[in-house]
Amino acid sequence: MELIVAVAIGVLVGSGVWLLLRPRSFQVIVGLSLISYGVNLFIFGMGRLGVDRVPIVGQGAVDPSRYADPLPQALVLTAIVIGFAMTALFLVVMLASRGFNGTDHVDGKEPP
Amino acid sequence: MMRWTDHLILVPVVLPLVAGAAMLLVDEQRRGLKFAISLVSTLGLLAAAIVLMRLADGRLEGWSGSIGVYLAANWPVPFGIALAVDRLSALLLALCAVLALASLVFSHARWNRAGVHFHALFQFLLMGVNGTFLTADLFNLFVFFEVMLAASYGLALHGSGAARVAAGMHYVAVNLVASSLFLLGVSMLYGVTGTLNMADLARVIAHVSPHDRMLLEAGAALLGIAFLVKSAMWPLAFWLPATYAAASAPVAAVFAIMTKVGIYVILRLWLLLFAGAEAGASSGFGRDLLLYGGMATLAFATIGMLASHDLRRLAAYSIIMSSGALLAAIGFGETAVVAGALFYLLSSTLSAGALFLLIELIERTRTAASSVLAVTLEAFEAQGALHAGAGEEAPEDSGVVIPAAMAFLGLSFVTSALLVAGLPPLSGFIGKFALLAAMLQPAGGQAGGGVQPAAWIMLALLLASGLAGAVALMRIGIRTFWVPTRPRVPRLRVIEAMPVAALLLLCLVITVQAGPVMRYLDSAAGALARRDDYVRAVMGAPTVPSARDRAR
Repeated sequence: MELIVAVAIGVLVGSGVWLLLRPRSFQVIVGLSLISYGVNLFIFGMGRLGVDRVPIVGQGAVDPSRYADPLPQALVLTAIVIGFAMTALFLVVMLASRGFNGTDHVDGKEPP
Repeated sequence: MMRWTDHLILVPVVLPLVAGAAMLLVDEQRRGLKFAISLVSTLGLLAAAIVLMRLADGRLEGWSGSIGVYLAANWPVPFGIALAVDRLSALLLALCAVLALASLVFSHARWNRAGVHFHALFQFLLMGVNGTFLTADLFNLFVFFEVMLAASYGLALHGSGAARVAAGMHYVAVNLVASSLFLLGVSMLYGVTGTLNMADLARVIAHVSPHDRMLLEAGAALLGIAFLVKSAMWPLAFWLPATYAAASAPVAAVFAIMTKVGIYVILRLWLLLFAGAEAGASSGFGRDLLLYGGMATLAFATIGMLASHDLRRLAAYSIIMSSGALLAAIGFGETAVVAGALFYLLSSTLSAGALFLLIELIERTRTAASSVLAVTLEAFEAQGALHAGAGEEAPEDSGVVIPAAMAFLGLSFVTSALLVAGLPPLSGFIGKFALLAAMLQPAGGQAGGGVQPAAWIMLALLLASGLAGAVALMRIGIRTFWVPTRPRVPRLRVIEAMPVAALLLLCLVITVQAGPVMRYLDSAAGALARRDDYVRAVMGAPTVPSARDRAR
């Protein structure tokens, strides 16, 4: 499972970086989204991977190894919310740039 | 029972949040009301910051030590989010409030009409900046960073226009990538140490197993890159000149504090986690990067200042210059050097803010023809053509107009040029002098023997950058004030001239009062070096006993 998650994060971030370096603003925003997906999975992985573990501890004496770490899950939730808001904001800036310049090149003008 | 002094720690975050949220409900046309709310909130921030400074300095009775800790929702450390104030945080809160006050008053003249929700975004920016100065928790730092950045995206685009949108898009993209790196770094640190509280992190960092140490350092490095992007270290600084040059004047002035936020976080975290010998095998991690990266930034900014013909870009490069000097000073890591750097930080932030506001006023003296000619002036030696076209009269609003506008502009420009270039007798020089004096007299010099070679390089770079700054500013000053034989005398209103004058006067005050200011900064830097005190104060912060506990 570790290998699958690691490869998934690698592929997401790798494609994200490639798209980020492309000249069209649509490619940039898709690249940024892919990077943020990869980062979210990575944060999740930092809480250690496991199957059948709940993050909420019940009453009485418990064995912590049978539970998942709830903190990275809370962090991922925050990161998703913030990332979503920032992507929406970037989309607005992108559209404004398209409207002003009539091109979707990230520099606001087509290369000669 | 909690005293009022404990709750005061939360005021710099809650006050702008409430003010900003309240202003979203107010109709966009009622600018007077919005301005009043904004002004009251910012004045409140300034008052709170000054009281916090006095509390941290021990002038007012309140806290047991020089560090005040606030436990959000009464969760014990390290499970909840703690806010901590020491002398450095309180000082930066005050600096931020002063700068915000100046640009807020300035913006009331015309800029707050250039777009929607200016005041609300402004307050949210202040909330984010204040939060980063206060927080003692890494993930909370991320949240406040994002609040600050989200507001700054809106403010950078304030006034709209193709240039702002193009610069703003690059700015947003760069910062989104930096935020991703921030998250990666935070989660790696959490994965290795199991804590996000900065004080707890400093405690456990020495006990990390050698097996995990590489992961820890990789996490710290990723985190560091995110902050270095914000504090504009070369080669991560290319977004800054375009964004700051395109932003409207009051926004650019308040953005002058934003690079300092990156610097503050690096100063705090690096000194806490890696500077001392307590960090075990990781001690001194990243020192060379800060030291030589800072110097490279200084060199880059020097070249940039000489190369820019536009006053706005010049001011943006002066911000990079101060970042470079500060980062290199942090890399030295000695208490006296850090104290000097803090003085330089104060002076450079205030003068950069004043310069950005002043540029807007100076640009009004230019006629349409001369602003085109300014670029080609040297190539064609076309001074004679300068007063050919008078340009159209810009629509002016009513308001109290100050007399002797040109004299005011010239005097302010010379003052801020001296401050930015760091020439005597003003505070920029004192800051640089304190920095250099501390570097050339290392505290451990008797044992280590002599001055570090890096200190000599730094000396040369600081002096060269000062010279370059003076040359570049004087060149533009001559072109603006002397070359045009009949310059257009602009109408300046009091509320536009006053903030500039106030910021420059404050620089004069810290020049005259350099003794007391330096004493405060010395103790602030000393407190940063005593990391055990910080760890003890935050880790040992008592929770408030509940009513049930007290009854028992």
